[in-house]
Amino acid sequence: MDVRKTYKLFVNGEFVRSESGRAYRPDGKVNVPRGSRKDMRDAVRAARTAFPGWAARTAMNRGQILYRAAEMLDSRASQFVDLLGGGARARRELDQAVETLVWYAGWTDKLSQVTGTVNPVAGSYFNFTIPEPTGVVAIIAPEEAPLAGLVRRLAPALCGGNVVVALAAESHPLAALTLAEVMATSDVPAGVVNILSGQRKELLPWLASHMDINAIDAAGCTSDEIKAIEESAAGNVKRVIKITEEERSPYLIAAFMEMKTVWHPIGV
Amino acid sequence: MAITKRESAALAKRAAEGGGVFEYAPAPESIDHIKIQPRYGLFIGGRMVDGHSKKHFPTINPATEKKLAEVVEADEVDVDRAVKAAGKAFDSWAHLAPSRRARYLFRISRLLQERSRELAVVETMDGGKPIKESRDVDIPLSAAHFFYYAGWADKLEWAFPNRKPRPLGVAGQVIPWNFPLLMLAWKIAPALAAGNTVVLKPAETTPLSAMLFAEICMQAELPPGVVNIITGAGKTGSLLVTHPDVKKVAFTGSTEVGKLIQRAIAGTGKRLTLELGGKAANIVFEDAPLDQAVEGIVNGIYFNQGHVCCAGSRLLVQESIAEPLLEKLKRRLSTLRLGDPLDKNTDIGAINSKAQLEKIQGLVESGVEEGAELYQPECLLPERGFWFPPTLFTNVAQSYRIAREEIFGPVLSVLTFRTPNEAVEKANNTPYGLSAGVWTDKGSRILWMAERMRAGVVWANTFNRFDPTSPFGGYKESGFGREGGVHGLLPYVELN
Repeated sequence: MDVRKTYKLFVNGEFVRSESGRAYRPDGKVNVPRGSRKDMRDAVRAARTAFPGWAARTAMNRGQILYRAAEMLDSRASQFVDLLGGGARARRELDQAVETLVWYAGWTDKLSQVTGTVNPVAGSYFNFTIPEPTGVVAIIAPEEAPLAGLVRRLAPALCGGNVVVALAAESHPLAALTLAEVMATSDVPAGVVNILSGQRKELLPWLASHMDINAIDAAGCTSDEIKAIEESAAGNVKRVIKITEEERSPYLIAAFMEMKTVWHPIGV
Repeated sequence: MAITKRESAALAKRAAEGGGVFEYAPAPESIDHIKIQPRYGLFIGGRMVDGHSKKHFPTINPATEKKLAEVVEADEVDVDRAVKAAGKAFDSWAHLAPSRRARYLFRISRLLQERSRELAVVETMDGGKPIKESRDVDIPLSAAHFFYYAGWADKLEWAFPNRKPRPLGVAGQVIPWNFPLLMLAWKIAPALAAGNTVVLKPAETTPLSAMLFAEICMQAELPPGVVNIITGAGKTGSLLVTHPDVKKVAFTGSTEVGKLIQRAIAGTGKRLTLELGGKAANIVFEDAPLDQAVEGIVNGIYFNQGHVCCAGSRLLVQESIAEPLLEKLKRRLSTLRLGDPLDKNTDIGAINSKAQLEKIQGLVESGVEEGAELYQPECLLPERGFWFPPTLFTNVAQSYRIAREEIFGPVLSVLTFRTPNEAVEKANNTPYGLSAGVWTDKGSRILWMAERMRAGVVWANTFNRFDPTSPFGGYKESGFGREGGVHGLLPYVELN
């Protein structure tokens, strides 16, 4: 008789039961916590608290941690392949997720070199523009590719120094909830990545209207959901990211960034 | 002009006695050469046409309350005509040889320079800003902005590595009344450079420089429909941004209206950039050169009557120098010359509109009621027109409305801090995040502070400086997207 795993939410670096005390069974067997508005608020608070520290990590350090996450993910490859249904397709998805983490791990210390500028202003100023993380990012994982789809959004957000509250794919949440275990063993500081499971219909309105979330990645949403998200997002001028291209790119990292311009005086 | 030793000694003596205010003879800018038509139509499809809407409204000179002209309050049919004209022009403009697009923009830049005096005077008459500002800031920067983006038109693939940028289509652009021509340039120049066509709506209180710009488009022989300009108030703007053929919306204005727009176009797939309000902290450390800082504080909040989204409306001054700094600042305020915006010596012009004046008055009253201490220099206000004296509040708590809300007027709230960390905390304690100022003699502290400001633009030992190469835009509720620099192209291109 095997010792079964209780699936839990991942909030502030801890594996917690849902405050709701409720669960749902997407595959008809395993109980998955049905995260509530309160869980979401706890996650946002944890993320906000973790933000300055993560943003202030050196670029190289963030890169090393993302690479560590790739190592941890790959070392559990067979577990994830099983969770994704087994077979060649599941294997491909796992490989993709690992590759995505490795690729973005190498971007942390190059992004500002590619997207930053020194601006030749008329006047005695050294003027430069650099990308900075926008803050707390909510990610709605796409239903298809429950692991690779989430990692494809998570990695660029983390790469730039953002902190994340992610909502796992509702129909296949197990890979995302297990990805939390990868994050927990990769030196990702507590609160930097928070992963919730639950019903999108229930949680989306609260994520979209939360006043302390700076951006929401709606790539995994239907057009009706995007409309509702954008309406609520206006409450605090959230950035709504809808880039759906499969491709990984520094433009996607930049979508989670703010450009800061500094006028530094020149003189004796 | 040389002055004799004796004169100089007399001046120094006068200054030392505290009476160092020079008397200035009036020096009004001539308006003889200005031809303002009594009534303007809409600029659609390359020519001025009558509106379908028969409704017109006056635009007045806020310094005299005299009517300057009438413009159309464009209705749904007008908006549709303008968007259709832009849509029709899009294909050929987008496919025009990029070097030709560049040439049109260079032409426009040159025409702006050639007609700079006329534009400056009209800008000042219509908006109330001092002529020295429209002449030395608004118009030259507008021309520079077109010149900068002209150069990008045939170099776009160098701006976005590994991508082939494509234009989006028709851009619907709505701009505010504080820098009418400059905001027009910020909107139109990058849009056109990237191959988009535009429909632009200037603010209802300041449509005239945009009408002159329409003439310039004709003079430049810009292909019909590439730029369309329609006038009207909020309703017209709302019709424009929600028009189904508008692919890209760019708005500069209040956070309140920005939110309405974000909501209104939710789910449409339109691209959006917002440049909204601010409540910038201007932070003065004890090692700052005080006289220079005083000038910077004045420029930060009293420039353009404080009608500046990035205005340094919260002065954070280190406690150890608060007293001497405030003393200097108050003395400086008493030397600011308020009056006829067309006078070349005027520092503070007219408030842009009656509505804005009432908003400023309301917020200043709230400041007094909440317990802040008001300081206004003795200042004669002209009888006609809309005016507000330079105002400074001390004893301000962070919770007061004057420390939280954007006043968009010449009103400064002074707060103090002890440590750099406290300054950071207070500066960032706002839903806005457009700009910040730092005054210190220490370079490393400038960068330490700049790193911690949650704001899109950080000025060190200066304030309210702009340049076409320098990206501008906000964090948080100050909006998203950047204008200026290579980053200013991104909102106008498709990269996939």
